[in-house]
Amino acid sequence: MAQIPSAEARAGLKLISPTAIYVILLLAVPLATVLIYSVLTGSRGSVLLPITGENYAELWSRPVYGYIMLKSLLVALTVTFITVMLAYPVAYFVSFHVKPERKSLWLFLITIPFWTSYIIRVSLWFVILGYDGVVDSTLMSLGFMDTQLNIASYSILSIIIVLAHAYAPFAVLPIFVSLEKVDRSLLEAGQDLGESRWSTFLRVTLPLSMPGVIAAALIVFIPTVGDYVTPELVGDGKEPMIANLIETQLLKLANFAQGSAFAVASMLMVGIVSVVFVLLNRRFIGGQK
Amino acid sequence: MTASDDRPTMIEFKDVHKYYGDYHALRGINGTIKAGEFFSLLGPSGCGKTTLLRTIAGFEDISSGVVMIDGKSMAGVPANVRPTNMVFQSYAIFPHMSVAENVGFGLRKDPRSASEKAKAVAEALEMVGLKGYGARAAHALSGGQRQRVALARALILKPKVLLLDEPLSALDKKMREHMQVELIKLQRQVGITFILVTHDQEEALVMSDRIAVMFEGEIAQLADPETLYRRPATKKVADFIGTMNFIPATILSEAGDKVEIEAKGLGRVAIDIAQAPAASGESPVVGLRPETLTLLYDDQKASERETDGVIDEVIYFGDMTYYDVYLGGTDVEVRLSMRNVPGRPVLDVGTKVRVAWSPSALVLFR
Amino acid sequence: MKNAPFLRSYTLFYLLFLYGPILLLPIFAFNDSRVVAFPLQGFTTQWFAEMAADQNLRNAAKNSLIIALSVASISTILGIFAARASVRYRFPGKGPILGMVMLPLVLPEMIVAMALLVVLLSIGIPLSLFTVILGQVLICTPFAVAILTSAFQSLDRSLEEAALDLGETPLSTFRLIVLPLVMPGIMASFLICFTISFDEFIIANFLGSGQPILSVYIFGQFRFPAKVPSMLALGTVLVLFSIILLGFAEYMRRRGIAKAGGKDSGGFL
Repeated sequence: MAQIPSAEARAGLKLISPTAIYVILLLAVPLATVLIYSVLTGSRGSVLLPITGENYAELWSRPVYGYIMLKSLLVALTVTFITVMLAYPVAYFVSFHVKPERKSLWLFLITIPFWTSYIIRVSLWFVILGYDGVVDSTLMSLGFMDTQLNIASYSILSIIIVLAHAYAPFAVLPIFVSLEKVDRSLLEAGQDLGESRWSTFLRVTLPLSMPGVIAAALIVFIPTVGDYVTPELVGDGKEPMIANLIETQLLKLANFAQGSAFAVASMLMVGIVSVVFVLLNRRFIGGQK
Repeated sequence: MTASDDRPTMIEFKDVHKYYGDYHALRGINGTIKAGEFFSLLGPSGCGKTTLLRTIAGFEDISSGVVMIDGKSMAGVPANVRPTNMVFQSYAIFPHMSVAENVGFGLRKDPRSASEKAKAVAEALEMVGLKGYGARAAHALSGGQRQRVALARALILKPKVLLLDEPLSALDKKMREHMQVELIKLQRQVGITFILVTHDQEEALVMSDRIAVMFEGEIAQLADPETLYRRPATKKVADFIGTMNFIPATILSEAGDKVEIEAKGLGRVAIDIAQAPAASGESPVVGLRPETLTLLYDDQKASERETDGVIDEVIYFGDMTYYDVYLGGTDVEVRLSMRNVPGRPVLDVGTKVRVAWSPSALVLFR
Repeated sequence: MKNAPFLRSYTLFYLLFLYGPILLLPIFAFNDSRVVAFPLQGFTTQWFAEMAADQNLRNAAKNSLIIALSVASISTILGIFAARASVRYRFPGKGPILGMVMLPLVLPEMIVAMALLVVLLSIGIPLSLFTVILGQVLICTPFAVAILTSAFQSLDRSLEEAALDLGETPLSTFRLIVLPLVMPGIMASFLICFTISFDEFIIANFLGSGQPILSVYIFGQFRFPAKVPSMLALGTVLVLFSIILLGFAEYMRRRGIAKAGGKDSGGFL
């Protein structure tokens, strides 16, 4: 019975085929191509046949590449950590202290900034952090200091601040969703059994919301590690991250093979970190049983 | 009970099987449903009753076998051209339409003029007791009203068969009992074959001309309510419909149309072969409904047989009292129900009693 | 609901952090100084005038509009196919296919852009607005699928069966019952995809072959300090535009849920 595709299976496949064909042609095939190119020999603007591991060897042997990848990873992890830590209390507040009918409004307020031009948002941070910016002029006029801090000139710091701001709503939503799922009677049970509010939070609420925290971390980590605009705009591209490196190899040097190897390596990195996050999540879900 | 036998056949199942992957949902359904009959498919959830109903409507393909409606095989006939209409469990009222638009939905391709259609809609609404509700928004209706709209919407097309998928299960008890009576009246009025799916045995007994009891994808018994109640074909059917006491027994002899048995606590008794449905290989037990047993007061004499007993438990229900009684010094306990009437006080636990019973009320399962 | 004054003030502070840059937009868009810094210099509308007079900007806006409208339409249509198939049918390969459709959500956009670019360059397809549309559809479709899946899920399956039962064909059932009930979801998907596409930079930049596209144009202009104030004016307009579009999308989404008789269970994401 199971071998013959049923009428339902045929109808479903037929219906999804336009979308499926689109993503296969324009996503699966290109990703496969990148994978294949990454083990071919690069030549300016094209690739040649002998299969080689040289592109990956190059990745290992030149410390600058490793440095950039490690830097991207650390920046993204820092941003993820900060974003999730800042977002948790907000999600907690909206879930536990806002009337049910007002919750959507709060979430809407939190998500609006995300939907406004990313580039303009990033650029505006110059106005805040830069020379004569909001931070400096405020602090100076209040007499805290007499020289400009000009935080914008510290590239990595400003990259972290800007990214943490850009992806903040991404972190609030999944945490909020997992907090909403926490059975309120469990909390009452916890307090009924003599736990203080703080220890109820630590022993009941926090573990139950961990899947949301992990999801939030994943959702923030992936786009930040591959961000292109912020390193390019903030600090005039002096602190490139992976995306900028891929661009340099692929476009500026037209080395498809080497660029592909970078792309694959960074996908691999993102993949490994994601799997670690997901495994952590499993552990938490498993621990609840 | 009406004489279903004289009516022409409306629906016929011939060895209908349905598989979902490896799961065998319908296991060789056979049977007929007569024209104008109020027919019920009764069984616990997962027994295949809804699946069977949906094969009539055309929402499920069958894996093998034949479903005939009014003499025509329904193989390859899609739901939209079958002469059946359905009242869904959730009622499936179109939320973006008014009541009248819902009821008139199936008339879209009807060649009649708009005013004639409007008249038909008004009549259908009146029939289900919703006169003047046409302009209301569908999502503003109560559960009972939704159900009436669903009925009107299905009946306006004058189908040969009306299918009802647990139509009363979403209603509260009072409303449900009220709608049971209304549905019976409506069925008599329109004369259409009604097929009702339900898991509620009382509902099936009250409403149906005939009932098919289903377990695990098979019809265990197809009969009128009285036969089903008094002469269940298997122990499982007996247990599902109402309450039945089961008493271990041994078969002493079987000759002609008589079977002689020895039932624990009741003693030797000869029963008619009609009281012993075909053997299914179980160890023999006799079944007795609680209301066929009577407690005898001191001044009473049993009309047929009597057995001594001791009351073990008393459950008071207001109009009735249930007694659990050990029979004739054995560990066999039966439940019996007595109507509470003035001058007959409720008896206490431990009271020695005499229990009257009738051999003709026994059913032998073997 | 307990009061939690500390959490409340923290949350308000957080909102200030989120909105900080956006609140600065109109302030500097109306500030009478080419240098974007405090203290403020007085009120002017000259940046808006400069913005309106910029011919390149108009071209870029026109191109962005063409792209966003196309992307929103195609993504929503592809989303309808995928969401409907995913909610309604079981079929072999469903998981992998949907996984592939949703993959761009968890893949750095740069990788999607580069992979596509490598293939386009290798087979010699010239970069144009069309290639930008191709790429952005990949990015937007997961959002469309997510929104439309919830729209299709809130649709009671028996409504379709009822329409079939009452004599409609599968096609007319889709037109008379399914489409009207998921229309708010379709509108929301269209608006969200439009907004994402309009703002999208990476694919517009790398697959657009230097064609003027709004996000790319803005990116370029920020390198010239003299151009920044008029970009802030543009930003102010865009923010207003986004908020109106999103408010409308949220309104449609909620109306859809109410119409289908369901309960509201969260926002877009």
